[in-house]
Amino acid sequence: MPSLKDLKNRIESVKSTRKITKAMQMVAAAKLRRAQESAEASRPYAERFNAVMAGLAASVGGSDSAPKLLRGTGSDDVHLLVVMTAERGLCGGFNSNIAKLARQKAEELRLKGKTVKVLTVGKKGRDALKRDLGDLFVGHVDLSEVKRIGYTNAQDIAKDILSRFDGGEFDVATIFYSKFVNVVTQIPTAQQVIPASFEDEATGDDSGAIFDYEPSEEAILADLLPKGVATAIFSALLENGASEQGARMSAMDNATRNAGEMIDKLTIQFNRSRQAVITNELIEIISGAEAL
Amino acid sequence: MANTMQFDLVSPERSLASLQASAVQIPGADGDMTAMPDHAPTITTLRPGILKVEAPEGTSEYLVTGGFAQINGDALSVLAEKAIPVDEVTRTHLDELIAEARASHEAAKENGEQTIVDEAAKLLADMEALGTHMSL
Repeated sequence: MPSLKDLKNRIESVKSTRKITKAMQMVAAAKLRRAQESAEASRPYAERFNAVMAGLAASVGGSDSAPKLLRGTGSDDVHLLVVMTAERGLCGGFNSNIAKLARQKAEELRLKGKTVKVLTVGKKGRDALKRDLGDLFVGHVDLSEVKRIGYTNAQDIAKDILSRFDGGEFDVATIFYSKFVNVVTQIPTAQQVIPASFEDEATGDDSGAIFDYEPSEEAILADLLPKGVATAIFSALLENGASEQGARMSAMDNATRNAGEMIDKLTIQFNRSRQAVITNELIEIISGAEAL
Repeated sequence: MANTMQFDLVSPERSLASLQASAVQIPGADGDMTAMPDHAPTITTLRPGILKVEAPEGTSEYLVTGGFAQINGDALSVLAEKAIPVDEVTRTHLDELIAEARASHEAAKENGEQTIVDEAAKLLADMEALGTHMSL
């Protein structure tokens, strides 16, 4: 049976925990709004880009002169998994869900006899995968110093991946990130970026038009494909940013609620023991008086 | 014939402009071109330069680097990797771009492929010309 003082200390400490989680929740909510805004702001670019690329890829894709980024290297023996996670924890299952998906995929590929390489973006994913896939790590991108994800960050990552591709280090690249649906739902997603595949979403408006290409279709495609990788990574980073904040917000909401329940429970316990102590004292006084 | 067309300028980070324009001068990779309403459908890549938009409300200019323009008769979308309204361009922006261009020029020189070296040199020259153009 803990003493009154112990209980009081306990209540105080849970109260300050609740304050912290509450503050973190509010910070996450504010950051989430910003992250969602930038994710939305980037959407028109990505959509148009993909629509144009889909058209180009469809017309050039079949020929042998198509760039390697679109056609692939002709084999799929070496896979590069780019695992994008957060730099910080305390966001529920966010990081571990992405890591889990990547681990499954790596396992699957290894069973098929493929070589797997892992590039991590974000510290938490690296820590989560270190034990199982540590020997497959080929690189790590640190974004902990970055306050606000910009397109340049995505470009740097894309440059790194592309130079590895040009160096023949891998055949297929897949990025892992979490798609933001809403505050409580984030879907861990795997998306192949090399060889590139484009879904044509905007079919309606420019289906009939036959475009002139300046310079040539191939030249444009060769110029734009690397940018496509950067664009895909950029949108993944932004989705990830929004997902992270959303996950953190709901995790901290839960934590705050749990702390509240705990405080209630402890307060009841505290009051009961206080009452017991008083009753005890009264009995002692009365029996003392009777004894006289 | 319509005398304006829908013009959109988007960069990966945000959408910069969406308005009705009467003519847009695009710094295409093969040379400048001006798109007016009912232009033949064209897709062109961009070289770093000034994008000039003429709209009934007035003219605006943007510094754009990398990306492409899609001309569609009644609509024109420019997707630029970097796009800054000219009024907001500062010497630091330009210095960054020039430094970038110089770096790729040096890298190209080391690789020794003549076409790439030429391209990078042109890019560098473009950048510096841009600076004089804007009297920065």
